[in-house]
Amino acid sequence: MAFPILSVIVFTPIIAGMLILLIPGERKTEIRVTALAAAFFAMILSLWVYFSYDIAAGGYQFVEKYNWLPQLGISFHVGVDGMSAPLVLLTGIVMFTGVLISWGIDDRPREFFAFLFILASGVFGVFCALDLFGLLFFYEIAVFPMYLLISIWGWKVTREYAAMKLTLYLFIGSVISLVGILAMYFSSGLNTFDMLALENANFSPEFQRFWFPFVFLGFAVLGGIFPFHNWSPDGHVAAPTAVSMFHAGVLMKLGAFAALRVGIMLLPEGAQFHMPWVILLALVNVVYGAYIAMVQTDFKYVIGFSSVSHMGLVMMGFATLNREGMMGAGIQMFSHGIMTALFFAVVGMVYDQAHTREIPKLAGFSKFMPLVTAAFLVGGLVSMGMPAFSGFIAEFPIFLGVWQEQPWIAILASISIVITASYIIRIISKVFFGQLPEELHGHIHDVTVLDKVALGVLSVILIVIGVYPTIMVPLVESGVNNVLRLLGGA
Amino acid sequence: MDIPNNLLSLILFTPTVLGLLILILPKDEINLTRWVAFLGSLIPFALSLVLWFNFNPNLPGFQFQEQYVWYGAINSSYHVGVDGISLTMVLLTTLLTPLAILASYTIKDRVKAYMFFFLALETGMLGVFLSLDLLLFFVFWEIGLVPMYFLINQWGSEKGEREIWGGRKVQARTYASFKFMIYTMAGSLGLLLAIQMIGLLANTFDMPILFERIGTLEEGTLMGFPVSTVKAVAFWAFVIAFAIKVPVWPFHTWLPDAHTEAPTAGSMILAGVLLKLGAYGFLRLVLPLYPTEARYYAGVLAFLATMAIIFGALASWGQTDFKRLVAYSSVNHMGFVVLGVAAAAFATGTQNAVLALNGAVLQMFNHGLSAAGMFFLVGVIYERTHTRDLNEYGGLFRLIPVYGGILIFTSMGSLGIPGLGGFISEFLVVRGSWPIFTLFTALSMIGLFFTGAYILKSIKQVLHGPLNEHWIGHLSEINAREVFIITPLMVLMLVIGIWPTWILGVINRAVSMLFG
Repeated sequence: MAFPILSVIVFTPIIAGMLILLIPGERKTEIRVTALAAAFFAMILSLWVYFSYDIAAGGYQFVEKYNWLPQLGISFHVGVDGMSAPLVLLTGIVMFTGVLISWGIDDRPREFFAFLFILASGVFGVFCALDLFGLLFFYEIAVFPMYLLISIWGWKVTREYAAMKLTLYLFIGSVISLVGILAMYFSSGLNTFDMLALENANFSPEFQRFWFPFVFLGFAVLGGIFPFHNWSPDGHVAAPTAVSMFHAGVLMKLGAFAALRVGIMLLPEGAQFHMPWVILLALVNVVYGAYIAMVQTDFKYVIGFSSVSHMGLVMMGFATLNREGMMGAGIQMFSHGIMTALFFAVVGMVYDQAHTREIPKLAGFSKFMPLVTAAFLVGGLVSMGMPAFSGFIAEFPIFLGVWQEQPWIAILASISIVITASYIIRIISKVFFGQLPEELHGHIHDVTVLDKVALGVLSVILIVIGVYPTIMVPLVESGVNNVLRLLGGA
Repeated sequence: MDIPNNLLSLILFTPTVLGLLILILPKDEINLTRWVAFLGSLIPFALSLVLWFNFNPNLPGFQFQEQYVWYGAINSSYHVGVDGISLTMVLLTTLLTPLAILASYTIKDRVKAYMFFFLALETGMLGVFLSLDLLLFFVFWEIGLVPMYFLINQWGSEKGEREIWGGRKVQARTYASFKFMIYTMAGSLGLLLAIQMIGLLANTFDMPILFERIGTLEEGTLMGFPVSTVKAVAFWAFVIAFAIKVPVWPFHTWLPDAHTEAPTAGSMILAGVLLKLGAYGFLRLVLPLYPTEARYYAGVLAFLATMAIIFGALASWGQTDFKRLVAYSSVNHMGFVVLGVAAAAFATGTQNAVLALNGAVLQMFNHGLSAAGMFFLVGVIYERTHTRDLNEYGGLFRLIPVYGGILIFTSMGSLGIPGLGGFISEFLVVRGSWPIFTLFTALSMIGLFFTGAYILKSIKQVLHGPLNEHWIGHLSEINAREVFIITPLMVLMLVIGIWPTWILGVINRAVSMLFG
């Protein structure tokens, strides 16, 4: 039997989390080193999966299947395709850099890392799951630690409110999806939760049209779709840095990915029926999110709302249901994940030293943290969709896809590019350049080497994809072909 | 000598590689950084000379082509190549960059970052001229904005404030750089969307293929609209994006701010090369992709060009800020390029069109020389007097005669006096456009009169009249480095004025083959 690499990836974080809990709480260095080692290991394995995936063969690879509850048709069934392989890699990278950035956490690091790693296992699980029950199972595992992480380690002012809001929103979303999933389970008559089997279940068009909104929107809540997005900026802002990175970088992809995997791939006719209005919701996300981001004065809220805007592009890409749009959405999920992780890391570094996130009170950080400035600049350019950075590689095909479906939407959505440019430029010139305010003199120092490594890794990835898209595009394209096959196209 | 078969990529990426190299130099070695940047930027210049002498002007199509897969999924590739038009522009860019870097030796703050942005800017500009893929063209088109934004925003003039909405005051350079960025990005948004429409229409972004397919495509529908409508919309999107960059009246308002606030070398490149990107866009994309639409709307374009010529000259005449005066003169001079393009669009295939285009391309080159020279000279005097107010100069010829002589020479080049380059190109444009747009050409001659007026005004106010006693003993003569910078520009102006054949030969063959 082949090496069960996906199981190892999925369970490495949770096992490491348990091990960390066994270390006495005051031995903080050992805790951190263990966490870093586990994260590094998971990242290397996810790199391995990413680069050894056979694009020519396509389909699901590294598949493992074990019976779990055979009476109910539930199995532990994992595998990756061209859509999920980049997301597994994304999770590995965000996990590793998140640990690097959390090195300085001094308040109960043991529990912090343990919860973070349980969350990571859940995320890996969702991306790899080929069984609906397994997918929901891991989905809840990913959402639950979020509550604790935010309410215990979060920003004191809003953490309880934000954690509660976030958790309730996401639970309600997943319950709605669960109903839809159960409906699929019972009406298919196959007595299985296996997605590969359900793909061929031939649900009736009426059934698909009725249940698609439940399944899709239930998951899309976590993807931040309008009008169910407003848990996300609050949650991002209240969360500690590493959790924000995970949250915006990976967790929102979880929602989008599940909406694709379960909603679009299992109910393709429903998707075709409902997409014209989903694309409108996504348009609101894109433009309204960018506009709200522009008028924020809290640095972290700007980034939080920019995620709403960028995730809207992902939804928009999915909603086109054509090759270009979905391919762009797939790349955008990865690109946005890395970019927003970078953003939240930078926001965290600025806040840790300035103890404020009010943009008007910040200025002149470039003199003290040149590398942080450069990293934020890279992230900003990605966010603006500047060519030669990954954002362009992702957004260009999305727009290309939207053109083919509804030209007016493409034109309206493009307004967001200028809005995004204006707030990114404003932040760069206001926060990083100019004169350091009096009250911050002597308080601002450069960041640690570990922080620099994390920022360096994230920035380099964004540039590499932008300059050499071939490193990711064919892979995602093969994943899209898989989806198109179910949609009856390709 | 063997020519490496990836010569264009070498020219294109040497500056960026050099820029990255500079970033890892030690921080305190300011002199080392400067010299590495200057000497390094001579490499692309030398390579483009090799290119120039090995280029065969008599062959149709593009030479030194390279093509590699870049973004296969949407049929876009890394495809570069040169013809006579782009070759001229490449030469201009690689010539002006070392001179601008040499002019930046007065920059003392964060030299490494400054030089990095400057060299990155060179790659961006060269990329636009060399790209033979629409998507790649857009990549370089956009990427050049970023370094320019920072050059203005960080190293621009420190004085001056502007009031923005709500009466809040910001530094003038912050205002100018923001305006530059947002203005140009808004313009390129339309370009981006139009490129996507074209890509969908033809299912490729490769320019040589597009020229064959799109120019003749008239039938069919895209997204439910007839192709002719789609093309008309895409035409205007392209035109507006390029018109902002040129800039054509009424899209020019970003220019005086950006030019005035940019550091000297930044203004040199901005006026010398960046504006040419817009004009080049007209020549490379608008005319071949939309011959029908271009012909149909040529009158509008000619009208806007005439307005740019007249209003540019009048606005320039009305300035009291020396740098702003020179900035508006760019609007005036670039108007002739657009006039030539418009004439050629209307009468493609005629001798007049070829003449007008010869003039337009040569005018791009000449304006590159004279505008860069003028901005440099403004910078020279500003560094000594710390003012740009024309009323505060006066009679300086007595104090700095060498500078005065150079300023007069360069101004005359800008004015277009016979014997210097500007005359040849403006004459060709006017000669070519006259039979096509007689009224507009006649009106633009009135504009030319005001060109003379503002140039003489600047010379008078700086050099002649009663001496402003304040400057006695405070003003040093132009130094050797500065003379070294301006000399190649003056020599080229003179050479083109007296013996234009060496460059017109290349340009003429290219435009005759493309539009003759």
